[in-house]
Amino acid sequence: MSQKNNLISKEQVLHVAKLAKLSLSDTEVELFSEQLSHILGYANELRDLDLSNYPPTSHPIELENIFREDVVIESISNKKVIDNAPQSSNGQFLVPPILND
Amino acid sequence: MSEFLYNAVDIIENIKNQKVTSKQIVSKYFDNIENKNKELNSFIALNKDLALSKANEIDERIQKGKPVGKLAGLPIGIKDNICTEDFETTCGSKILKNWHPPYNATVIKRLTNEDAIIVGKTNLDEFAMGSSTEHSAFGPTKNPLDLTKVPGGSSGGSACAVKADLVPIALGSDTGGSIRQPASFCGIVGMKPTYGLVSRFGLIAFASSLDQIGPFANTVKDCATILDVIAGYDPADSTSLDIKRDNFSDFLDRDLKGMKIGLIKEFNEYLDPEVSQNLNLAADLFANNGAAVSEISLPHIKYSLSTYYLIAPAEASSNLARFDGVRYGLRVAGKNVDEMMINTRTQGFGPEVKRRIMLGTYALSSGYYDAYYGTSQKLRTALISDFKKAYENVDVIITPTTPTGAFKFGAKLEDPLQMYLSDIFTIPSNLAGHPAISIPFGKDDENMPLGIQILSNALDDSKVIQVASILEKLRDENVT
Amino acid sequence: MTIQNNSTDDSEYSEYEPTIGLEVHCELKTATKLWCGCKNSFGEQPNTLICPVCLGLPGSLPVLNKKAVEYAIRIGLALNCTVQPSIFHRKNYFYPDMPKDFQISQYDIPINTDGYVLLTDGSKVGIVRAHIEEDTGKSTHFSSSGRIHESTATLIDYNRAGIPLVEIVSAPDITSSEMAKSYVNELRNIIVATGATDGKMEEGSLRVDANVSVKKKDQIELGTRCEIKNLNSLRSLGKAIDYEIDRQIQLLNSQKKVIQQTRHFNEDLNQTVTLRTKEEAEDYRYFPEPDLVSLNPTGEWINEIKLNMPKLLIDRRQSVIELIKDSKEMSQLIGTVNTLVDQQLDTLFIETVGFGSDPTLTLKRLTNEAANSIDAAKKLNSKELAYLINLETSGKVSSTQSKAILSNLLENTSETVDSIISRLNIQSFGDKEIEQLLDNLILEKQDEFKRFVDGDDKVIQFFIGQVMKLTKGQANGKSVTQILLKKRNG
Ligand SMILES: [Zn+2]
Repeated sequence: MSQKNNLISKEQVLHVAKLAKLSLSDTEVELFSEQLSHILGYANELRDLDLSNYPPTSHPIELENIFREDVVIESISNKKVIDNAPQSSNGQFLVPPILND
Repeated sequence: MSEFLYNAVDIIENIKNQKVTSKQIVSKYFDNIENKNKELNSFIALNKDLALSKANEIDERIQKGKPVGKLAGLPIGIKDNICTEDFETTCGSKILKNWHPPYNATVIKRLTNEDAIIVGKTNLDEFAMGSSTEHSAFGPTKNPLDLTKVPGGSSGGSACAVKADLVPIALGSDTGGSIRQPASFCGIVGMKPTYGLVSRFGLIAFASSLDQIGPFANTVKDCATILDVIAGYDPADSTSLDIKRDNFSDFLDRDLKGMKIGLIKEFNEYLDPEVSQNLNLAADLFANNGAAVSEISLPHIKYSLSTYYLIAPAEASSNLARFDGVRYGLRVAGKNVDEMMINTRTQGFGPEVKRRIMLGTYALSSGYYDAYYGTSQKLRTALISDFKKAYENVDVIITPTTPTGAFKFGAKLEDPLQMYLSDIFTIPSNLAGHPAISIPFGKDDENMPLGIQILSNALDDSKVIQVASILEKLRDENVT
Repeated sequence: MTIQNNSTDDSEYSEYEPTIGLEVHCELKTATKLWCGCKNSFGEQPNTLICPVCLGLPGSLPVLNKKAVEYAIRIGLALNCTVQPSIFHRKNYFYPDMPKDFQISQYDIPINTDGYVLLTDGSKVGIVRAHIEEDTGKSTHFSSSGRIHESTATLIDYNRAGIPLVEIVSAPDITSSEMAKSYVNELRNIIVATGATDGKMEEGSLRVDANVSVKKKDQIELGTRCEIKNLNSLRSLGKAIDYEIDRQIQLLNSQKKVIQQTRHFNEDLNQTVTLRTKEEAEDYRYFPEPDLVSLNPTGEWINEIKLNMPKLLIDRRQSVIELIKDSKEMSQLIGTVNTLVDQQLDTLFIETVGFGSDPTLTLKRLTNEAANSIDAAKKLNSKELAYLINLETSGKVSSTQSKAILSNLLENTSETVDSIISRLNIQSFGDKEIEQLLDNLILEKQDEFKRFVDGDDKVIQFFIGQVMKLTKGQANGKSVTQILLKKRNG
């Protein structure tokens, strides 16, 4: 395989996949390394801009202090929720064991 | 059958005046669905019995002289990323196949409170990520005007359904153009309202700070009628706007007196000759009918696409984390929980969704946040400030909706960036949170529809509707 | 600081000093969860307090509970923090008990910053921040051995998911396990007094993570730290810190490096074990939560919260100290002031002193005699109590009599002091009665009295004993002394 000089290396692709809980085939790693490099290369045009006068925007329409009152609203039934669960046991969600590495 | 197929506003009028029953209307549309949907793949979930029983119930109320809602008996299609208790909601993804939401989205409640009838769920690019509806686990939707071409996306199913007369109205969602671009490709009206005007509660998030629900319709009048019903404050959505808003239907038959219309200088370099010509034709019509048309400059608008492709995937990577096989949807077994999550996500998501999750995860990851996500948020501020200055001089801005007409299946699948470029004119309104509409106007050299997009400032949705309704009229009077 | 270890010489320890910072998570006592209207309650049937929002169902959106913000501000004010405009972030990591696979928390712009806690010994621990975040669900691991590592499946209950928490992060000002315990105890007292949280460690409504490092005393920069997660009692906190300090010193002494780690305290083994090392640490990809807007409490609202807040512990203590500050026993009394306030008897104390009773004596009676029946003590009538203390101070009843009356009063707080005195047939031995008795005694015991007149003060005890015998302990010893001295001098 030819070693391309991609902006995002295959190692980085694998690291990101790990963070995103995705498993990639060798072909996908190669492809993503190329495609993500291409897209982010395009986005690198932003880096040359001087945007120091602009604060970041997280919301297009700025609002503040939106609250709800502390009033109980009836929860939905256990059945309605558990019916959608891939696996359950006595009203609880069942998953394979959690390992600590 | 054509005697029954009116515009939505006429359908409602005729049902209320008992010239036709809701049952007849719903049946006729289902006839169309049964004839065409297999080929078009517009609807991915339908319930005829449920729709007919609701139609019957509304007809009975009308016959007994009881009050009915503003949308009495009107069939509507819903993009399948909006939660419905009566239908599975899948986002066009394998990972959500068979998921029954235990609740209705706020827009669904608003529609059914006015006696609209939800007939089914429409196809989309998986999790609304795409511009062609080719990225659906249920297969692609076709353009009813040319079956070899895409209907646009991501709300391709909804656009197709309205154009093919499967329903008179459909809802879509628009994150970077997902309503306006397919509306343009299919030759119908599609509108993205001001961010916060329509509640997002129950809309399965793609990019939370950009997503907005909006209508597809055959006419601007229908579009305004639906927007009047779905718009409004919702305490369940913290970003919903608690404001006194206009009644949009009041802005339909006005004139252009004193209206100032802008053309974006920076977009000129992206315009193909035929698209440019089409835009100029629209501009001339406006100018000849009382509007002042001028060129304006938005210095940062050319960076919109880059900005969008950092913000949207970043938010998406986080929004889509919850699809982990634990609580609902697909689960692919694994010997421990970590492996189960990886297997589920790897097999459950399609390639475009994975690509965007990867892109977004990278943009947010340690060491890159400032360069990518941080910078894009600043650019967003710069763009909003550009618009603010522009709207000191003009009321609305017009652009082509898309750089080209509908393209062939597979044409852009290999090159994601080319696909992304088809949203270049629609994305700025999402970044700014502004309203925008696409009106069918003109044709490309393959006789596929083109669209004109009308933008305005935040909360000036009524201006957008006013100018759109005028353009619609001028088009019908002047353009063949 | 005490380190129980036989293998290492104490002198080796004295070269090192530990640096400890604590992160305390406390659940807020709101009626509902942080983002939805589900009930905030402990111990209900699994997955019955859930809705689309707290279960993170696709399409659901959070809306901030106003009361949770009010409680967070109360905590901030009580910890002397600056309350500032803030925003929420998403902390992204996958964990099955976290419904959205991200936690909504506050990151670089928290609601409360820069406060402090004063410990009872006068030392000060800085508070870096106290921010709002959501709790996770609860996992139960199934296995034959009961160990996470060997479990065969996990059950998840999301009732706790979305319950509001305030995380209080201390500065690394703590230098021993004792100080850490004292800090947590004091912190708990303060935040419980605000009414924002119940601070029950045993129910998990208050949980502590400890960051521990050690360094040589002459070294300026801090050593590599380890974080011990989820300590759920003061005892575990102390033991875990001691173990960790010891472990790190031993590593350094044998020329090994401390590796930055997250560790878990094993209660059975009394030791900390590795959970994960820094290399494996998550990249949380924090970014501003787009579904929530910024939180910018107005000065008006903060003031209103301040005014409606239950009086703060520190202020309550100060009010008591004001009343006893002239006492000669002040230094010994400081500790009892804390007990008084902890037992919620400070209001009674202040009222009683308001009726003219001696503050020192009132404090002693309330923290010693009344301490065994606090519930009854809280019901005491301050006027009656003041009357009783005044009887004692003026010598109308002896201290023994006074204690007996108080103990009866505590058994039935609606009875009056006078009725107890007459019921128990307690005689008031005032100065006149005592002088009468003494005059008779002096006639009887002339030799002893002569020795006293000649200057032998030890004989005073003899006369007190005799008077007590005659009065069955109901006389006041001090009065006897004073009358005798008067007789000798006069
Ligand atoms: Zn809930």
